[in-house]
Parts: sequence; structure tokens; C-alpha cells
Amino acid sequence: MANEDYELVVGLEVHAELSTKTKIFCSCSTEFGADANTHICPICTAMPGALPVLNEKVVEYAVKAGLATNCSISRDSKNDRKNYFYPDLPKSYQISQFDKPLCENGYIEIEDDFGKTKKVRILRIHIEEDAGKLNHNEFTGGSLVDLNRAGVPLIEIVSEPDIRSSAEADRYLKKLKSILQYIEVSDCKMQEGSFRADVNVSVHKKDKPFGTRCEMKNMNSFKSIQRAIEYEKERQINEVEKGNVITQETLRWDDFEGRTFQMRDKEDAQDYRYFPEPDLVAIRLSDEYIDNIKKSLPEMPESRKQRYIKDLGLSEKDANFLTNSKAYSDIFEKAGTICKNYKAVCNWLNSDIARILNEKELEPEQIPFSAENLAELVTLIDNGTISSSIGKKVLDELFENPREPKKIIEEKGWVQISDENAIKEIVLKILKENEQSVLDYKAGKDRALGFLVGQAMKETKGKANPKMLNEMFLEELKK
Amino acid sequence: MDITELTVHELQDKLNNKELTSEQITKAYIDRINEKEKDVGAFVTVCENEALNEAKKADAEGYNGAFKGIPIGIKDNLNTTGIKTTCSSKMLENFVSPYDATVVEKVKQEGMPILGKLNMDEFAMGSSTENSYIKVTHNPWNLNKVPGGSSGGSAAAVSANLVPWALGSDTGGSIRQPASLCGVVGLKPTYGLVSRYGLVAFASSLDQVGPITKDVKDCAMLLNIIAGHDEKDTTSYDRPKVDYCKALKNDVKGLKIGVPVEFFGEGINEEVKAKLRQAIEVYKELGAIVEECSLNASEYALATYYIIACAEASSNLGRFDGIRYGYRAKDFTTLKELYTKSRTEGFGDEVKRRIILGTYVLSSGYYDAYYKKAQKVRTYVKKQFDEQFKKYDVLLTPVSPTTAFNIGEKKENPLEMYLADICTVSINIASVPAISIPCGVDKKGLPIGMQLIGDRFNEETILNAAYTFEQKIKFRENYKPEFKKD
Repeated sequence: MANEDYELVVGLEVHAELSTKTKIFCSCSTEFGADANTHICPICTAMPGALPVLNEKVVEYAVKAGLATNCSISRDSKNDRKNYFYPDLPKSYQISQFDKPLCENGYIEIEDDFGKTKKVRILRIHIEEDAGKLNHNEFTGGSLVDLNRAGVPLIEIVSEPDIRSSAEADRYLKKLKSILQYIEVSDCKMQEGSFRADVNVSVHKKDKPFGTRCEMKNMNSFKSIQRAIEYEKERQINEVEKGNVITQETLRWDDFEGRTFQMRDKEDAQDYRYFPEPDLVAIRLSDEYIDNIKKSLPEMPESRKQRYIKDLGLSEKDANFLTNSKAYSDIFEKAGTICKNYKAVCNWLNSDIARILNEKELEPEQIPFSAENLAELVTLIDNGTISSSIGKKVLDELFENPREPKKIIEEKGWVQISDENAIKEIVLKILKENEQSVLDYKAGKDRALGFLVGQAMKETKGKANPKMLNEMFLEELKK
Repeated sequence: MDITELTVHELQDKLNNKELTSEQITKAYIDRINEKEKDVGAFVTVCENEALNEAKKADAEGYNGAFKGIPIGIKDNLNTTGIKTTCSSKMLENFVSPYDATVVEKVKQEGMPILGKLNMDEFAMGSSTENSYIKVTHNPWNLNKVPGGSSGGSAAAVSANLVPWALGSDTGGSIRQPASLCGVVGLKPTYGLVSRYGLVAFASSLDQVGPITKDVKDCAMLLNIIAGHDEKDTTSYDRPKVDYCKALKNDVKGLKIGVPVEFFGEGINEEVKAKLRQAIEVYKELGAIVEECSLNASEYALATYYIIACAEASSNLGRFDGIRYGYRAKDFTTLKELYTKSRTEGFGDEVKRRIILGTYVLSSGYYDAYYKKAQKVRTYVKKQFDEQFKKYDVLLTPVSPTTAFNIGEKKENPLEMYLADICTVSINIASVPAISIPCGVDKKGLPIGMQLIGDRFNEETILNAAYTFEQKIKFRENYKPEFKKD
């Protein structure tokens, strides 16, 4: 049987770190990258007798995430303990939510593989605390525990198994990430671990019930998530084809090897002994509280998209591209407002900038230069100070060493030649050196003009004003 | 005058009149500890120098009319910076907390010298203080008897005049039962009246810190110091401050007292019952209205208590894993071995028994049958208490089914030991307050306690009822511990 006879079913569990200033149960800083064990206190190191106090901002941010993903918000919620032993978990239980999550039954809309809008349902969003980090010590061979991250607030967003391809999974994750960034509850930096996804994958023959799912962990980029899903799909289909039964297990993705390894099977599934956290009181939210949060939500990607199409005249494709990333959309709006050429800003973003980010394996949030820099670049081209080909060189410079584009072109001597006499001198020189082309043009070969202009650009290292060159050549060739 | 015989309110008078200095008081207690501690064994740590320094400081600043310069003893599960907090466990034998418990902070703010940390059953699990890894504590009334537990060190120290008063903790009777067995006053406040921050947790939904004192007035004063909302403990209630001393009116006329018949049934010693009946007669004489009533849900309270308390303990004690602080086994090769050996070697038998019980009742497949059902019964018990308090101001029961038993008598029989809590656990299950005060002695001269239970946050009523009784029978004037060794 061929792969086309199988359907892939994917569900995702996303962990996003909330960007609150302090941890979920104490007032330690959540700042990333500090020296080991400098953001700790008796509470997040689980000293005897220490008690948690729930950070209200965490509830607010989680409710925001719930509202932005069309969830219903529980008026009556609580925290539970999830018990297991690991050195990065100081209390030996994680305070999470078990049977009464803050948000339930939501959805987000994505494009399916046929370009149609589809809803991916969200089962639940709950709040919980992050664990610390174990650093393997190469010198002593032991592991060192860093508890700076212990107690950093997380939301876990669990989707229903509504996703049918790795590309859909990718679009779901990117959409979710952009929503969380729009509402400013998480910075979703995958490289810092503030946005992580576990993936549940199963396959079944079309028109048959769903297969047994396997859970995959340890993917640390969007790309590796897609690769892992593809790998696991193939693996499961092969197993089924061989007549084997898929068993429920947890798998670890190895990005270097490009394959999964078994972490644990169903037999050694842990019993977390969930029970209500007695150190915290129940979470009760009023309608007024939820309404106020609803009112405070910023403009969401969908509404930005419509505005770009209607008010700024962008194509749906361009509007989609920009609004799928809050970073793109923000830089677009800011740069556009300054230079008043939205279309040009959009073109820079979705062609050269996107390409360079891709080559450098960077996320849009990591664009090193400012919206002001991009606006200036567009203006310099629009007012003829530089050509668009010089513009591309300026962009490369902006990525390497961000500074004002004006300074870049001054330093590099890239100002466009727009002086009529200078242009005429170049045109005459090129015409003299390319007599054959002149004859060709006069014989009706229009392409020869392009060649001549190209030669002139080469001569001036791209600095000649292309419009003026074109006009001057036509004028001289008519003679 | 023997300074250590005085109650705290008497010490206050002497300090006010400048008849005594804090240094003299503290020194008197240190001398008494040096004389009697070897017989009683109430202390895990004695802080002689620190206490004397604090006393001198208090004298230099001058007495403030409150509690400055009046020493105190602290149960060894309340965190104190600079002094070890062992929970009487090998696991924390050398542990010094980086922070003070909120109640300790309050005591320090008053300027009270801390005489030391008091012995207890390991992690507050037990009813005789025999589960201490550190030492055995003896009952000052008869040194062959247990002081009760788990706050046995605190009760014995107050009883033997080794401290003027002490802080204990009560999860299922751990203040009231040792107070009863040692002939002193002990109060378990309403759950949420006193902050638990810095109390090393046994069972979070049941634990409360409370006073153990020589008399009811001292009890009201110490409660004044420790009660109140703490933003570090969200289970503590934000309520207007009450002066509990003002509740002591020496008048119970018209007070409605209910006597639940279930607390006078089988298993309760006849002498205990007889003494309680005498106490009832005293109340009637004083003008209270006493009626029999029923609290039949209390029949299930002990089972409910051991399920909930052990479940929470199994989780609360997970942090003692040998990783960050506390005991770590010497020989291990894997992480699992580090955990298993450290916990096997660091915890005593009773602690391990309760961790295993608690882990079991929370396991998937058993959760509904045990933990969930226990929570339902807990709600039912609460409801029954609520109903009684619509009819009565106070409920009157025994504290302990027997007077102090022999050291070693029940140690090998955990179930029998658990029955020592039969009269006290339902109070924690219902989150209500209860006070234990002495109401007489048995034929062997061992104290018998009476428990007065109040409605939630109605400590004032039980304090007044206890005070009025105390003023009438004058237990302290008639009976004293004799350090017998029969």
C-alpha cells in the first residue's frame, strides 16, 4: 500500500514561557541568561516551610492567551500538584493544573494544504511552573543544577488532533506564536526555550479509526518539528505495513541523526499522583475581570491583515506574510509610517530580508536593524540617492553592522550618479566601445539597449541612475 | 520566689514594677534548663548565649509593657535563621534555614529571647515524641511516661518550667494532646488564623501553629502575637485584628455547651470520662447550659485524617531528596540510588510509613477510593460541625483517650498510637479551633485534659470558656509535675 492511503493525525502540546517580570510563585526575576542560581529564593529552591503565592499577572496573561484563541475562561479554577522526582524540580512536584484548567475549548484558524481556512481546536490552556536546568559538568563528570528557570511561568496549550500534515503543524505553530506575541504574553523565543512543542503523531488508513499515537519531544526549531513529524509518519506507516502494531511510547527526536529514539514506553509511564495544591487557594475570576482583559486585547493578526488589504492596498498574500509574524508586521507599520511607501517596505521584507533571515537561520524577531533604518533605505531609493541594486548592498551592511543607511553609503561612496554631464560622458564611452550593439539596436534588436545599460552600470559599479541612463542612451541612439 | 514558676502575665507585672530584669528571667530559665533538661529531654538546641544577649539588649532598651525580654521556646519545625531547624530528623540534623518563619519573625520583632528549639516527633508525625531522631522526651509528671506528641518537647518544657511558653504545631492534635498529657494549656487555632510560612509542612491543609502555655491568659497573649494575615501564606485569612485577652471575661452564664456523645464511648478511659463529667458539672454551676449532642461523622474522622494527612505529607516531603540540602547518602552511583539511599537512611520508620501510605492513596486507580472519598467525608464532617455551632457556642470533649502512657508502650504498634488522636483529628479536618486545658489528674497523679471546640475564627469564645473554668478549679495551684521516676 502506498503512503497516500494513510492519513496523518497530529496534536500539539505547546509550552510558552510567559513574559512576566517575576516568577509564578515568588518575586524572583524571570530574566534569561543570568549567572547560575542568582535568581533564586527559599520558595523557588523549595526550602522547608516555604509557600507559593500565585502571581496574578500569570493568570491575566493566561486569560489573554485564552481569549485570543477563542477559549472559554473558567470562572472557577485551581492549581494541582504533579509529583515526580528529578533534580531540576526542587519541590519534587510541579504546580500545574489538572482537571480545572483556566481556559478550555478554543480554536485558531490556519490555512490547510489546499489553501482553505481550517479551525484547529484547542482543548485547554493551563498555567504551570517551569523546572530548573541541569548542566553537565565536563570536568567533574557530574551535573550541576541551575534553578534560575525554576518557577518561571508557563502556559501549556494543548490542541485537539486536528492537524493532518507537517506543513499544517508548522502553520499552526507559527500562527500560535504570532498570537502570543501580538498579545505580548510571551516572546516565544525558540532558541531560548521560551516556546517549545511536544508532538503527538499517529497514522491510520483512510476511512479507518485513528491509530495509536506516539509522543515526540526534544525538537528545538520549527524545521526540526516538521522533520520529526515526517520521520515519524514514515516510521509508523512502515511498521503498519509490516503488520506490526504501533505501541504508545514517548520518543526523543535527535536532530543530528534525523531520527527518534525511545524515551519510555507505556509500561514505565509515570504516575504523577495529581492532587489539589493545598498551599494555594482556588482561582475565582469575575465576569468583570474577564471583560476588562478582553477590552485590553490589542489588534489581532486577522484584523491587521484586513486593514493592510483595505487601507494599504496590499495583496492578501503579502498581508498574510506580514501578519503571520508580529515582528514583520510591527517593522512594516513603523517603517511604512515613516517613509510612506508601504509597498516598498513590504517588498523588502518578503523578498530580501526574508531570504537573508532564512540563510542565517534567524527568526524575524532577530532582525538586527531598526524600522527607522529600513524606512531610510526605502527613502534613499525613492529620492534617487541610491539605486535599488545599491540598496541591496546597503541591506547586507545593515545585517552585518547596523547603522544609518546614509552613513553606510557615505562611507562606501555609494551615492548614485545623477549628474547629467557625468551620465552623458559614460553613455558616450559605452557607445564608442560597443559599436556592434549600436548597429544591432538600429537593426531593430531592442535587447541591445539592455546590454548597453548593463555595461554602463558595470562601469559605474551600479552607482549610475538607471532611469537617466536609459533616457540618455535612447536619446543618443536616435541621433 | 522561683521565677520559672511565674506565668508570662506575672512576669510582665514584675518587669513593669522593675522587680525583675529580662536578664534575670532568662538566666533563671537557663539555670532551670541546666538543672532539669537531662531528666526531661525537651530541647534539640539550647541557645543560652543568644538568649542572654537578647535579654541584655531588651534590658538596655527598657521594658515596653508588652513582651520585650520575655523568653520563649520554639518547636523545631519552625524555621529560625542562625539556629538549626531539624524537625527532629536525621534528614535535617544540620539544617539551618536561610529565612525565619513568619511566627518566628513576629516573636523576634517583639524582642523575645529564644531559649531554644524543642523536640518533637520526626516531621511532626507521632503522638509521643518517641519518633524523634534526636532524643527521647520524658513527661515531667512521670519521667517514665511520654509527653505526648508531636509537640512533646514544647509541652514538656512549659510543664517543667524550662520555658515560660512555647510555640507548637498541630496537624491532628500535636499541640492539644501533649498539652493534655503534660497538664498545660494548648490551642490549635482556626485553619488560616496563623501563618504557616516557615513551618516545615507535614499536611498543608491541616497544619496550624499555636501556643502552649501555663495558663489561658498566656495563651490568649501568645495568640495575639502570632495571629494575623500573612501575604506569604495565601491560605491565611485577612480579617480584622482581635485582642484575645479582652475575651477573657470569667463568665459563662448562658453559654451553650454541647457534649458530643461519640467522644465518651468505648476506648475512652473511665477516669478521663469521670473527670470530664465533673468539669461539666462545674460549667453547670457557673451558669452554662450543657446538653448532649451528636457528631457521628467523627467516627470517620480518623480514617479521613490519615488519608489526607499522609497524601499531603508524601508530596510535601518529596523535597528532602538529598540534592540541595539535608542528608545525602555517602555511596551512590546513579541518581535513583542517591534518592533512594538518602531517603531510606534520612527518614525514620513512621515518616516512611506515612509517605508510603500517602503515595498509595494518591496512586491512579486508588485515588477515587481513598483521597477523593476522604475529601468528601471531610466536607461532611465540616457540615456536621457547622450544624452543631448553630446550636452551641462550644463543644466539650476529652483531648486524649488516656493519660500519659509509658515510653515504649505503643511504639511498636502504630495503629494503637494513631488512636491517641481519636478525639483531636476531627477538629483539624473541620478547620475549627480547639483548646486543651487541664481539668484534673487521674489516680496516678497524671493530668487529664479537656478539649473545648469553637466555631471557625471564634477563638474568643473557647478562650473565655477555658479561662472561666481555670479560674474556678485553679489547677496550677493544686497540682505540679513532680519528676517522678516510678
